[in-house]
Amino acid sequence: MIAGRRARRGTAVAVGLSLAGALVLSGCAPAATSTGSAAPSGAAGAGGTLVVGVTSEPDTLFPWKATQFQAVNVLQNIYGTLTEFDKDLNVVPGLAESWDTSSDGLTLTLHLRKGVTFDDGSAFDSADVKFSLDKIKEEATAAVAAASLASVKSVDATDPETVTVHLSAPDAGLLANLGVVNMAMLSSDDTEAALNTTPNGTGPFTLKERKANQSLSLVRNDAYWGDKTKLDGVEFRVIPDESSIVSAMQSGNVQFAVFDDPLVAQTAAAAGLAVAKTPQLSYHVLQLNARKGPLTDVNVRLAMQCAIDRQQVLDTAAAGEGEITGPITSPAFRSDPNSRPCPTRDLTKAAEYLAKAGKPDGVTIKTIVSQGEYSTSVNEAQNLKAQLAEAKITLDLDVLESGAYVDRWIGADFEAAVALNGGRPDPDGAYSRYFTSTGNLNKVAGYSSPELDKLFAEGRQTSDLAKRKEIYTQISNNLEDNAVWIWMFTSYTYTATTSNVTGFTPMANSSLQYLRETAIG
Amino acid sequence: MNLVRAVASHRVLRPVISALGTLLGVAVFVFVMLRAIPGNQITAGLGTEAAALTPAQQAALEAYYGLDKPLVTQFFNWLGNIFTGNLGFSSRAQQSVLELTAQSLPVTLELAVFSIVLALLIGIPLGMLSASRPDSPRDAFGQAVGLMGLSIPSFLLATALLAILSATVRFNPNGQAFAYFSEDPLLNLQQMLLPSLVLGFGIAAPIMRTTRTAVLEVRGQDFIRTARAKGVGPRRLQVRHVLKNALVPIVTMTGLQFGYLLGGAVVVEQIFSLPGIGRQVLLGIQQKEYALVQSTVLLIALAFVVVNLLTDLLYRIIDPRVRAE
Repeated sequence: MIAGRRARRGTAVAVGLSLAGALVLSGCAPAATSTGSAAPSGAAGAGGTLVVGVTSEPDTLFPWKATQFQAVNVLQNIYGTLTEFDKDLNVVPGLAESWDTSSDGLTLTLHLRKGVTFDDGSAFDSADVKFSLDKIKEEATAAVAAASLASVKSVDATDPETVTVHLSAPDAGLLANLGVVNMAMLSSDDTEAALNTTPNGTGPFTLKERKANQSLSLVRNDAYWGDKTKLDGVEFRVIPDESSIVSAMQSGNVQFAVFDDPLVAQTAAAAGLAVAKTPQLSYHVLQLNARKGPLTDVNVRLAMQCAIDRQQVLDTAAAGEGEITGPITSPAFRSDPNSRPCPTRDLTKAAEYLAKAGKPDGVTIKTIVSQGEYSTSVNEAQNLKAQLAEAKITLDLDVLESGAYVDRWIGADFEAAVALNGGRPDPDGAYSRYFTSTGNLNKVAGYSSPELDKLFAEGRQTSDLAKRKEIYTQISNNLEDNAVWIWMFTSYTYTATTSNVTGFTPMANSSLQYLRETAIG
Repeated sequence: MNLVRAVASHRVLRPVISALGTLLGVAVFVFVMLRAIPGNQITAGLGTEAAALTPAQQAALEAYYGLDKPLVTQFFNWLGNIFTGNLGFSSRAQQSVLELTAQSLPVTLELAVFSIVLALLIGIPLGMLSASRPDSPRDAFGQAVGLMGLSIPSFLLATALLAILSATVRFNPNGQAFAYFSEDPLLNLQQMLLPSLVLGFGIAAPIMRTTRTAVLEVRGQDFIRTARAKGVGPRRLQVRHVLKNALVPIVTMTGLQFGYLLGGAVVVEQIFSLPGIGRQVLLGIQQKEYALVQSTVLLIALAFVVVNLLTDLLYRIIDPRVRAE
């Protein structure tokens, strides 16, 4: 009896061991990138499916409401826009092949690309453009880019291939504003409800399949008007933990990922992955609210800006991974960080400004900080607090869960806020909404002035690039001289790829649009 | 009054009524807590961009997400819908909560079963080993393993396992797209292997300690001495007499741990990319998808209650004294 039981147990162990062995062995097998189909790839290139590791799936598939990083990245590969950006963020033709602006700057005529079709096979024409622009402008749509069309009075579908946009005032930033996925062109037959599950765009890829909480797969759009993609498809695979993405890349299951935490990027590089770093338009800033508390006095704000060594913040909070910046981060208009009242830290000057403000014994500033929104926030706040303490300025830090932070930020319920704000290729798009008195974020910006209103209006009305540069330099200097906010640094994104991935170009707006030129060997 | 007393003392009705009370309490609690968290689905989706909304845009979005209705209406609408089988809709995933749960619950259930089995396979023998000679080196060994299980955080063990195995032997089944058991059993089992090991190791510790204590207590009792005097062999003594009588606290501990596992092991699910119920709740909270979180938490509570009832039933089977009461 006992012997029998032992024998059986022995067998069970043997079976268990061999099963475990089989599991381990098959797990070790070189990770085949499943191409989904064995069908010969198109004439375009080597084909294959690129697996992109992402920490979360898109929170919406409706392009007009998408602000989440992952959603924007997926949707800009599915949808088309009237204009696009090249790798240096210059505006280039998209669905509009060319355009003319009238001499008074009040009429923009767009000549549409011919032979473009949506995923459902219907043709793209001027009716779709009119439908899309009108709907984006309509408040009931709640499109996030509605304010970018503020200068648009009306849109006419002149003929199937021509659209005339009538403006209430010249708007030099409009063409750049048309290039973001929130301005995607939708078919006039579509509804938000339908597009939430079945995107219907004109972009280089088409949605193939979505598995909730797991993955989202795109396939090449063979009817795309531009060069056909080299890849057969792209799978955005959800791996919530960034270090698990690195592990999955090491084992070859994932070939592509974008990180913004420098520490994760270091791990990826140490693991033998190719890591390209790209300076970003988004900027780290200590937002001041000049309408609240002691910060209403410009001298207090100047004292703060003189008491901060930005390089020290960058070094302590982000391991030196970034570049010191002034207000404007778009490459063509970039501010010179040295043209500000205190380009280097100057505690004597800070004390003078405080004395001028009648607060020689110091002030206390209520500051909000988000925890978890981005990796460096709390460290930045602590370093700022330590530096400012030496100038008798006390930062009273309120470290908040990101939902709570967003609530306070939206309500402008703070004296100062440690923030990471998104930049835009055009400085008007980036800042007029903050710093003009009618801007939709002016309440949060906490500052406006007749001079700035005038400068921004001039910038919009000028189409000459050299002149625009001059105007935005003035705006930048005005913001710094009044210490409206304390701009600190821009950081990088890190594009990690396995060695067999080629042809991808990372961009300063962290767009993944060049997946359409990417190949996998 | 008599009716109330009759129900309160009824063998079957009493636990059922108390379970329903618990569930209602959970429903109200989760509903209130969710709304106490700052932010809503609009700000969760748009982030700071929500500051740019015009009042008309804001109103349109509130109507879209059903946030324009009074709280009491929201609560009873949700509760009423549950009785008709409508657990709500996730606008993020564009699927009903029922569909989402039908996908995520099996994953969590599978993980929980594997983890508990592993925990029992590690914990009980280790506890018996420790108890067999208290304060000896083998006891110290058992206690040390138990202490490790208790004190090594699961996220550390999980990340380390994954990183080391990926870098050295390129073994990382969890880097592949998740496979359900019905789709690809072999890959599914591989993907469950590491997470169940991590969870099982953690849970083995309390089971080991409970086993050790219970076994030591039973061993000191008279009937063990009697059995030994009657000439029962050491192995038979350990299993049939000692372990069997020590089972009640072990079952209690196991049931408790299993209940917790059904709530989803969020951290482990995150690290190993398992689309389980813990992640469903976490994403729901992040996106402020109220109906999704409320319904899922209610289901988890229901599972917990059922496991507890089953544990109580198990007592009757293993312990004749409970049956006699």
